[in-house]
Amino acid sequence: MSGFGFNISKSSTIEYKPEDFQLANIIEENEPTSRLCISCGSCSATCTGSEFAKLRMHYIHLYVKRNLTDKIREELQNCMFCGKCQLVCPRGVNNRNIIRLLWENI
Amino acid sequence: MRQYDTKYQTVIIGGGIAGMTAALQLYKFGIKSLIIEKEDKLGGHLIKWYKLFPGFVNADEVVSNVVSELIDKRMQVITGAEVTSIDSIYDNYIIRTSSGHSFEAESVLLAHGFKTFDPTKKEEYGYGLYSNVKTSVEIENILKEHSNITIPKRVGLIHCVGSRDEKAGNLHCSKLCCVSAVKQSIELKERFPDAEIICFYIDLRMFDNGFEELYMEAQIEHGIKFIRGRLSECSQNIDGSLVLKVQDTLTGLPMNVNVDWLILMVGKEAAKLPKFDKSIDVKLAPNKFVAPENIFYNPNQTSQPGIFCGGTVSGPKTIHESAADAKAAAMSIIDYLNRK
Amino acid sequence: MSKEKRDIWRKYQKSIGDDNFFFVRSCIRQNFFPASEQAFLHILRNELGKNVVEDARHTTCSGIGYHSDVVNFDTLQTIIARHFALMTEAKLKNVAISCVTSFGLYSEVLETWKEFPSELEKTRENLYKATKREFEIPENIAHCSDIIYKFREEIKNKEKNRLVNAETGEPLKIVDHIGCHYAKIFPEYGEGGAEFPQVLTGMIESWGGQTVDYPERRHCCGFGFRQYLVQANRGYSVSNTYKKLQSMEPYKPDMIIANCPGCTMFIDKWQYTISELEHRTFGPDKTGIPVLTYEELAGLVLGYDPWDLGLQMHQVSVEPLLDKMGIQYDKDKKFADKSGKIFSIPKQPEYIL
Repeated sequence: MSGFGFNISKSSTIEYKPEDFQLANIIEENEPTSRLCISCGSCSATCTGSEFAKLRMHYIHLYVKRNLTDKIREELQNCMFCGKCQLVCPRGVNNRNIIRLLWENI
Repeated sequence: MRQYDTKYQTVIIGGGIAGMTAALQLYKFGIKSLIIEKEDKLGGHLIKWYKLFPGFVNADEVVSNVVSELIDKRMQVITGAEVTSIDSIYDNYIIRTSSGHSFEAESVLLAHGFKTFDPTKKEEYGYGLYSNVKTSVEIENILKEHSNITIPKRVGLIHCVGSRDEKAGNLHCSKLCCVSAVKQSIELKERFPDAEIICFYIDLRMFDNGFEELYMEAQIEHGIKFIRGRLSECSQNIDGSLVLKVQDTLTGLPMNVNVDWLILMVGKEAAKLPKFDKSIDVKLAPNKFVAPENIFYNPNQTSQPGIFCGGTVSGPKTIHESAADAKAAAMSIIDYLNRK
Repeated sequence: MSKEKRDIWRKYQKSIGDDNFFFVRSCIRQNFFPASEQAFLHILRNELGKNVVEDARHTTCSGIGYHSDVVNFDTLQTIIARHFALMTEAKLKNVAISCVTSFGLYSEVLETWKEFPSELEKTRENLYKATKREFEIPENIAHCSDIIYKFREEIKNKEKNRLVNAETGEPLKIVDHIGCHYAKIFPEYGEGGAEFPQVLTGMIESWGGQTVDYPERRHCCGFGFRQYLVQANRGYSVSNTYKKLQSMEPYKPDMIIANCPGCTMFIDKWQYTISELEHRTFGPDKTGIPVLTYEELAGLVLGYDPWDLGLQMHQVSVEPLLDKMGIQYDKDKKFADKSGKIFSIPKQPEYIL
């Protein structure tokens, strides 16, 4: 029998399994300063892309670390590669390199 | 059988870093003091710690330096005795101990430290129910004794256990747990290089010299992960590992993390005061620590003249802050005794 | 799980009435598990010799309406006050509540009256204006599972079947599910507090079984009233039960018991829905995990006939469980009425037994 009129909802819980997070491992190995991000948001605040489109560098860091790859694709295309995020980062995260690596691997 | 005097200018309750430092400072000014310590050894909580932040100095070294100075100067110490009551007599105080002694003192220094929060009260964290849930105090012991244990693959450290928690009865921040967690995460990563170490925090309080740098070192050199989200409950999987339910507040999504060890960074609470007689009024702050007379001008005098506070009795402090506070307390006592 | 766990709950002992109960029924339990309440009354009156009074004039507590925003709080207070008035008329002071949602509402109303005496006054006025009745606040409210918990040793002394596997002698692995409204809102109203409620665990262990501690043990079954009642939202409800079933599966439980009638209905019926939607069944033989109410469990322990207990009304068939426990039953009488005539037999689902 089918046609109950509803479906089972998909769980929104992230199952934390970093062994399977290939993209995160690539980024961490090739750009170790990515470990320093504390989600202070300075990058997103100054970002050229985020003025008119959805692009938040500190969220991209989080999406990488939690393996939410679809969300990365969504925002990455708005990046103009201007480098303001890297300029303003208080911890010295090499954001431009991370964007470049994501373009190569996603 | 050691012989003690019956009268002292100062009796110091507690033989931790604060009590010992205050005694040494008083000695420099010719004041005779007695330390009453309830444990069998001097050093207080310090003897339980492995290495101290931020420079990873051996705690044992700090203790033995201070204790050897005390022994050198042949200072008077009673160990293994608890203060059972303090009564006032004219301008002075009578201190009675569980060892059957009774001393008269012109001034009393409360330096009996703090106690750590008992996480059994937070049932949902599983302390006392699942064997792989430990406190930060127990971890210091494990690191110190180099015990032979099965190597964990993932370790979770939970900040703010028993602090900043209305349900636990403690609204205050215990100040030191954040930096302790960062320190312990580095030590654990050095002990288990293949393990993943994750700290679950609400805020990271890296307030003192070298603390923020330690945090950065933990992230970049040791690869410690930091997830912002407080643990809501901890359950056990069928294979014995623990599953933690946290909210990854930065992505806004709930997350389940499997860990082999769970370490609770337990908060610091006020230790029980000795029993005072009715005429003695030592006021407490809302967080139940001893309230100083005035935090700017008189931070070591309690509301009762002649009774002073030094070290963590008036609030959580780092070890060097306790030592500095104890010296300040000693100076307050000297001033008080001179004016008497 | 260490021994200390068993001792933590001692701090939360709540007082449960001893005798002379005013019984209020549950809408869902009566309809979906018709023999459960009869079993409860039979056990209390005939096995334990207690005085349980029912009043035919009592109504629904309107919990379903209240939780769906159809009934407002003033009406709810007045309805509950009317039940107390009926209790006062019967000269009783203890209330035995069959439904966990009702229990939650009674606790909520009593707590409201404690903190806001003006609400109590308003309710007295409303009730008097509507029905000319007056009421007293009961001394003790207890959920029926608390009462069975209290008398579990007496029931154990009369037991005919233990909760063990008849062949191997191993205790049955039983998942206990506590309704959210039992202790999550007011932990002091729950036996054992909110984190590790003891009410069903105590019964299971006393009668020879073994409880299962699994990661989603405290998770809500997903009923939610407002969510379940609207068909489009029902998937959201079902997903929660699915999550629980998936979490308990590695532990291979033999049965689930629940004290809330809604939860029992959900976890039982949704196993069919999940089998159709996700093509996934649970249980040791993948035929589904039987879900029982605690009264039915008590009835089985006391040796009552399974069909008298209404077990044929359950979605997931209980025959594998009964065979496991070594309980005798007559297969042919399953869908027969008292005179022996077979009324209609339900269609057999595709995936689940």
